[in-house]
Amino acid sequence: MEETLTQTAAAERPATIPGLGRPLKEHEMVISMGPQHPSTHGVLRLELVVDGEVVIDVIPHIGYLHRCFEKHAENMTNYQQVIPYCDRMDYVAAMNNDLGYAIACEKLLKIKVPERVEYIRVIMAELQRIASHLIAVGTYGMDIGAFTPFLYCFRDRERILDIFEQTCGARLLYNYIWIGGLSHDVPENFAEKVRDFCAYFRPNINELNDLLSYNKIFIKRTANVGVLPPEVAINCGASGPVLRGSGVKWDLRKNDPYSVYDRFEWEIPVGTGTMGAVGDCWDRYMVRVHEMEQSVNIIEQAVEKIPPGDVQSAIPKRIRPETSEVYVRTETPKGELGYYIIADGSASPFRVKVRPPCFVNLSLLPTISRGAMIADVVAVLGSIDIVLGEVDR
Amino acid sequence: MIPQEIHDALVSHFGNAILDAKLEGVFDPFIKVAPDRIKDVAQFLRDNEATAFNVLMCLSGVDHTGGKLGVVYHLHSMRRNHKIVLKVDLTVEQPHCHSVESVWKTANWHEREAYDMYGIIFDGHPDLRRILMPYDWEGHPLRKDFQVPEYYNGMKVPY
Repeated sequence: MEETLTQTAAAERPATIPGLGRPLKEHEMVISMGPQHPSTHGVLRLELVVDGEVVIDVIPHIGYLHRCFEKHAENMTNYQQVIPYCDRMDYVAAMNNDLGYAIACEKLLKIKVPERVEYIRVIMAELQRIASHLIAVGTYGMDIGAFTPFLYCFRDRERILDIFEQTCGARLLYNYIWIGGLSHDVPENFAEKVRDFCAYFRPNINELNDLLSYNKIFIKRTANVGVLPPEVAINCGASGPVLRGSGVKWDLRKNDPYSVYDRFEWEIPVGTGTMGAVGDCWDRYMVRVHEMEQSVNIIEQAVEKIPPGDVQSAIPKRIRPETSEVYVRTETPKGELGYYIIADGSASPFRVKVRPPCFVNLSLLPTISRGAMIADVVAVLGSIDIVLGEVDR
Repeated sequence: MIPQEIHDALVSHFGNAILDAKLEGVFDPFIKVAPDRIKDVAQFLRDNEATAFNVLMCLSGVDHTGGKLGVVYHLHSMRRNHKIVLKVDLTVEQPHCHSVESVWKTANWHEREAYDMYGIIFDGHPDLRRILMPYDWEGHPLRKDFQVPEYYNGMKVPY
């Protein structure tokens, strides 16, 4: 009886595994992780080809959260209607998504946005970056087994969401940054609130470092794990903290500046291999922590300089760009977010292609997980910081 | 390098594989390349010291309607800090294009996506499967003439 079962199993075993490109060897087996798994941060399914505890290859299966963003964008009645859909791509960094799309459309329409709008946008984008990184490092700690830092991170994120709620009424999906302007002006005590937040948040970064970053167990789990060499990172198109974690000093806010980012003093944090090799999980994690500090720097400078003015003066009545196409990229918390928009002279875009940073960063996962342990895959995946809403669009 | 110099370098090296170009009066200057030479052009642009395009920012499939498809490559050089756009024109009957996966690994998933959404077949891609749609989906949804099927695995699709 037992023999028959084994024979059946052998007969049913497919000749080649799709995605692996070869049949399994004698000692290998496939473990399915996800689509419902706490450490996949959403609905991602990973097929782990393992030999005992060692991961031979990882085959990611994505698309569970595909909501046809690009098809929807083509079928809207105007350009403005796409913005709520942009919110829903990277839903923990909605401001940054809107900003990229708005800048792309403004470039198509050749609109100059008022200074006040630019400064408010920068503040919002940087606050959102802190909020997104707080989720990233908080949940990363939780993946590794440290639950407490997660609560501390969410406590701080709540403050940012309060500022957003006060400004535009929404806490997660804002539809705040519009083409040519903003949906609302900021409330009267906005600058004060933001200053308060900066003063409150700066010491909390040290707290986070004490709790998590320099925790011995955390370092053991992340240092020298999932090392990504810089040349591989560039060739694979990594961007954001994943690229900078490998020691590449590259940030679009400085290297290809948009909005008013060239007017502020701040540093690009990079991975230095403090705890292990350059480009390991700890480096990618630490880049995020340092980036939060730099974002606070930018916010503090920007909030002092918000000029007066009308935030809706440049919003066009009729959005109908001429036949043209544009590729605009911005630095979101996850990396380089690109919008390739083709306009055909009508009121809705002919084609909107999104280059999502998470999509490209996730494609690195097999490269850096090969040879690691199964538990390390969780550490690597968390250090890439994916949001499935953006991977699948 | 300015786009004109990049174009001249490509023309002198590849001759009639460079079909067309628009370098002025557009936001992103582009050069049109024959679909069966795109890989060589990509390799040249990456490895040539003067161009050094080490980053493929974006790879997009496009349906231009009327049976015309296209692939658009947005390139950037971190070292030289210049950009260029390459374009390839295809048809629905002949949607074959050389893969640039061996030049930039970024292209791997982007080409799978273009295949999934537009049915563009990238010759030489190591693993050309659907990526966002289910593996048993029929048709290529981002084509302008795509008709939503009535049923998918017994489930009614337009709800």
